[in-house]
Amino acid sequence: MLDSIVFYFFASIAVISAMLMITRRNAIHSAVFLITTLLSTAGIFLQLRAEFLFIAQIILYVGGIMVLFIFVIMLVRLDVPLPQIRSPLRQRIAVFVAVIVFAEAAYIVWKAHAMQGQGILIPTAAPADKLPPNTEDLARSLFGMYLLPFEIASVLLLVAMIGAVVMAKKRTNTP
Amino acid sequence: MLQGALAFVQAWWVELLCAVLIVLVVPLIAGYIVLVERKVMADMQARLGPMRVGPHGLLQPIADALKLLIKEDLIPDDADKFIFWFAPVLSMTAALTSMGAVAFGPWFQVARDINIGLLFVVGISALGPFGIVLGGWASNNHYSIIGAIRSTAQLISYETTAGFALVSGFLLAGTLKVSGIVQAQLTDQVWYVFLAPVGFFTYLIASIAETNRAPFDLPEAESELVAGYMTEYSGFRWSLYFLAEYANMIVVGAVGTTLFLGGWLRPFPNVQWMGWVDALPGVLLGAVGVYCVVRAGKQPAQVQALFMWAVAAACFAVALIFALAAPVGNAPLKFMYAGLYGAFWFLLKVSAYIYIFMWLRFTLPRFRFDQLMRLGWHILIPLALVNVVGVGIGLAIQSALGWNHWMGLLAMLPTTLGTIVVGMLLIRWNDKHAAAASAPIATDGTRVEDSYAG
Repeated sequence: MLDSIVFYFFASIAVISAMLMITRRNAIHSAVFLITTLLSTAGIFLQLRAEFLFIAQIILYVGGIMVLFIFVIMLVRLDVPLPQIRSPLRQRIAVFVAVIVFAEAAYIVWKAHAMQGQGILIPTAAPADKLPPNTEDLARSLFGMYLLPFEIASVLLLVAMIGAVVMAKKRTNTP
Repeated sequence: MLQGALAFVQAWWVELLCAVLIVLVVPLIAGYIVLVERKVMADMQARLGPMRVGPHGLLQPIADALKLLIKEDLIPDDADKFIFWFAPVLSMTAALTSMGAVAFGPWFQVARDINIGLLFVVGISALGPFGIVLGGWASNNHYSIIGAIRSTAQLISYETTAGFALVSGFLLAGTLKVSGIVQAQLTDQVWYVFLAPVGFFTYLIASIAETNRAPFDLPEAESELVAGYMTEYSGFRWSLYFLAEYANMIVVGAVGTTLFLGGWLRPFPNVQWMGWVDALPGVLLGAVGVYCVVRAGKQPAQVQALFMWAVAAACFAVALIFALAAPVGNAPLKFMYAGLYGAFWFLLKVSAYIYIFMWLRFTLPRFRFDQLMRLGWHILIPLALVNVVGVGIGLAIQSALGWNHWMGLLAMLPTTLGTIVVGMLLIRWNDKHAAAASAPIATDGTRVEDSYAG
């Protein structure tokens, strides 16, 4: 009962602020609503007793990436490229992609309900009185079972980081 | 419905009490930190500081709060109204929420069994700078937006250092749980500041930068930006920013204390003959109470005498709990005793931490922005990274040799020394580069515009 109230509360905030985020004209307002969306997604993680995902979402997305977004929005004049972004072709592509993603998600939800208990795992929230030590669990699976994919992902991130530094360097060197 | 509410209160009354206490007391404490700060500043500058309101200015924070409440609240015409209204609230909310997972004592904690513990405190308090950034932007003022941009850049740079410094502490504790970290320091019989001094040092510096305190107070540098991000704020909104800044000082102090200074444990918790330290909180509070009673009669005004009596009564009440709980062994009293006793040591350590903040503020001049960035990216982040590796190696040596408790100090010594040497090298390398970078400006005679300043 309480769980579903909390879930629908955060879910509705997430959806509403996501819609507000794409309809605002002011870039900072969009960023604020994106922060709200990310925070309420974090709230859903917490409601599912995934504490570590909750705080990772807040630290990485809200505390890190969004600060960077706002930093860039404040430094760059956004009025100039706006008409370019709002071209009809791009809008059509965006609608197309959105429809496909929605169809995929709907199909998975439908399939999961149709095949309940037949091999497709439906994640359920852990009971409140028995919290899994999910920081430890996550660490064990990341650094044990999935060590190789984890390392590959970190190498990829490192390459992206170095690439960004190299690109920034080049621009300052050429007059 | 009513029964459900009653059951809820019965199950969660300790947590509810702690939450209410935090919301009520933290603004008061923040006000008194301001007073202490003014007194410390006055002491360092050989003057008296606030003396008029109350004995030795003790009522000054209350007078200031009243003044701020009745001040006119201005909103600029060109400001973005909603964000202007919302930003200070966000700062304050983040600071107070993050205190929910701080353990002031064995049970004195709102979110007690939370698995992510200290990460919660750090993560939520990292939302506070949004208030600064958005407030600075919404003011529609050049000084404000420069302050806001500086604040973001500073936050991005120093958050990393603080994170790595915390990682070195987490490695030693082996858990993120706040109570687990304190317990680990009890079983290891040593505060982690001795095992990872470089980690503590980098966290200290990064936490000063994160709370925007001098010498890192560039977002609100008075002599350059009027008041930085809060130039357009007045009255109660301004005081919310102010409170959030001081609440954040308490938060970073609490994180540093929990992870590196043994949390709510008294000094030498495992040494038997140091048991007399247990009596210290009670005796100290009793002494303060007696002093207040003696001075109450000599106050020039009725209000001031009343204030002194109230302080004395509060001190005596707490001292009584300390005195009674030890011999009587009454269960609820013991419970209160454990919380208050823990809170005493915890707050004492946090106060010491905050005193270092003030000391540095009145001793060091403000950094230039490029110096700030150079310190963060060229010295502190590499140093914090090396420190994480060093602590890891130290732990490996420790477990390989089977040393535990304070013997771990010996295992940590070589890696700590190695980290310090790396730090020295970094500073030398940076000095050379800084000299090279600033040379053309000096010969030219004209100041090149600071590319970082926004």
